[in-house]
Amino acid sequence: MTLRRGIFLSGVATLCAWTLVPIWLIALGAVGGRAAVDSWPKSFWPGSASFATLGSFLAIDGVWTATLTSLEVAVLCMIFSILLGAPAGYALARYSFRGATAYRLLILLTRAFPVGILALPLTVSFIRLGLYDTPVGVALIHAALALPFAVLVSASLFQGIPRELEEAAWVFGCSRPRAFLRVVVPLALPGIAATAIFAFVISWNEVFAASVLTVRHRTLTAYLLAVLSESPLHVQFAGGLMLIVPSVVFIFLVRKHLFSMWGIANR
Amino acid sequence: MAEIVIDGIRKAFGAVVALERVELRVADGEFLALLGPSGCGKTTLLRVIAGLESQSEGRVLIGGRDVSRLPPRARGLAMVFQNYAVFPHMTVRDNVAFGLRMAGAEAARTDRQVRRASELLHIEPYLDRYPSQLSGGQRQRVAVARALAVEPSVLLMDEPLSNLDALLRLEMRAELKSVLRAAGTTTIYVTHDQTEAMGLADRIAVLQDGRIQQLDRPATIYSHPATRFVGGFVGSPPMNFLELAAAGGAVRLGALTFPAPADGPIVLGLRGEDIEEVTAGAGFPLAVLVVEPMGSHTLVTGQVAGHRMRVVLPSERLPAPGEDIHLRPLPGRLRWMDAASGAAINPPNP
Repeated sequence: MTLRRGIFLSGVATLCAWTLVPIWLIALGAVGGRAAVDSWPKSFWPGSASFATLGSFLAIDGVWTATLTSLEVAVLCMIFSILLGAPAGYALARYSFRGATAYRLLILLTRAFPVGILALPLTVSFIRLGLYDTPVGVALIHAALALPFAVLVSASLFQGIPRELEEAAWVFGCSRPRAFLRVVVPLALPGIAATAIFAFVISWNEVFAASVLTVRHRTLTAYLLAVLSESPLHVQFAGGLMLIVPSVVFIFLVRKHLFSMWGIANR
Repeated sequence: MAEIVIDGIRKAFGAVVALERVELRVADGEFLALLGPSGCGKTTLLRVIAGLESQSEGRVLIGGRDVSRLPPRARGLAMVFQNYAVFPHMTVRDNVAFGLRMAGAEAARTDRQVRRASELLHIEPYLDRYPSQLSGGQRQRVAVARALAVEPSVLLMDEPLSNLDALLRLEMRAELKSVLRAAGTTTIYVTHDQTEAMGLADRIAVLQDGRIQQLDRPATIYSHPATRFVGGFVGSPPMNFLELAAAGGAVRLGALTFPAPADGPIVLGLRGEDIEEVTAGAGFPLAVLVVEPMGSHTLVTGQVAGHRMRVVLPSERLPAPGEDIHLRPLPGRLRWMDAASGAAINPPNP
């Protein structure tokens, strides 16, 4: 084994450990029961694995409803981010307009306002608009959090699709919308899917806005924050694991779409 | 019938003028090359004709129809792009059929025309492959086949060969010429490569700074350049220019005296191959600096009357650097140009 290969492999190992060790520890806490959580030093292998804690966690009143709400919010957030973010990204990529650079910066600046400061005015406005304590309301806030990412990523995505491909479509009989659908969308789809997944995960993991803006229709994160703070540690670990698993599974399922399917073969 | 008329087309990008009132008429079935250095406006003109760029002023007529305000798809033309722009997510077959399908042609006709175009460009073996599985030359063929499959009355080509290696370019050039001749398509071909323009075109329009400097048959452009710029741009090696002073209606160069069309400073233009070697005293001396044996001929760069000059000698003649050789222009091959404007003083008489 050469030195270069050794460095490469240890880099891979470090990155894997960085992600996997915490997840593994949470999983251990979730399946090991109270004894495993309290024991020290930690064993890296579950002494007696049992899904009892997970089972009892799932049996907690309202967990399933909250999961469904979370899913609904995340899917709505995904749709809002793509419907608003992709056109904005396309405009940034294809048209030069006055203030384009400032606009880019402005998009990033929306992340500069802490949700904490916005929470009160938002709550008031949402109550007035009838959006308070609804999945749509939470999804809107989550979309606002995911949008900068969606806009900038889809802009670079569209920039990577040569303009000549679109022009060729126009010359060969397409109107602009049709060229967009026939040529740009298929080529951008893997990237758009990736953007959508990130929007989903941002929403799925977000807890602050979801806690402030809901009372009865809690998302899973908000619900767990409220319920589990009083629970024993191993039940909290079970809750954590249940939060991690869907995002990991989701990204795993669509991982091949994260890579370009055809590669832009143009030159 | 698809005659193209460019009527006073002007294009400005803000303060930058790309095209300055261009007038051009391309006959039905003609192959016209737009030739010029980069930034001369040739691609802009092609894009205005295609409808990909809007003109600031003027009109474009195709087959007598004013298409100036129509979107590209309504102009009845096809185009081959510099980077080919074949759709990477479609098979070669779908690429070639794209224009026909978008026009709503029936399946039988689409099949027939796709087959004919692919036969013409020898891409039948690759019809079910994706462009990423093809070489540059093959992709280029796909792009041409896609354009020919719609059987357009007008074909626009934007430096279609510039991304190919030299050998492939030569091969594709000959093939394009025969294919387009057979199709009888009115073609406008943008290039910065003068050999491509010379070899392919029925007529060449030489552009500089957004203006057409000369529009004529390749042979005339070569032998009778309308301006100093054209002479220097067309031909390899480019035309030699000697800035001389005429007095009493004549110019002296070495032992030779030429009748000049005007007195005062004047530019003498002479192609490198339009000379013959003579004995000392019967011509003008050229102090040889560089000798390049090219196989078919020898390229000699030297100095005469304070000017660089490149001449073409037979391949067996290999003078030594530092040597003086004596040359005389062939009769009738001298071109005179105004020293200030660079315009030819004896305009071409066809």
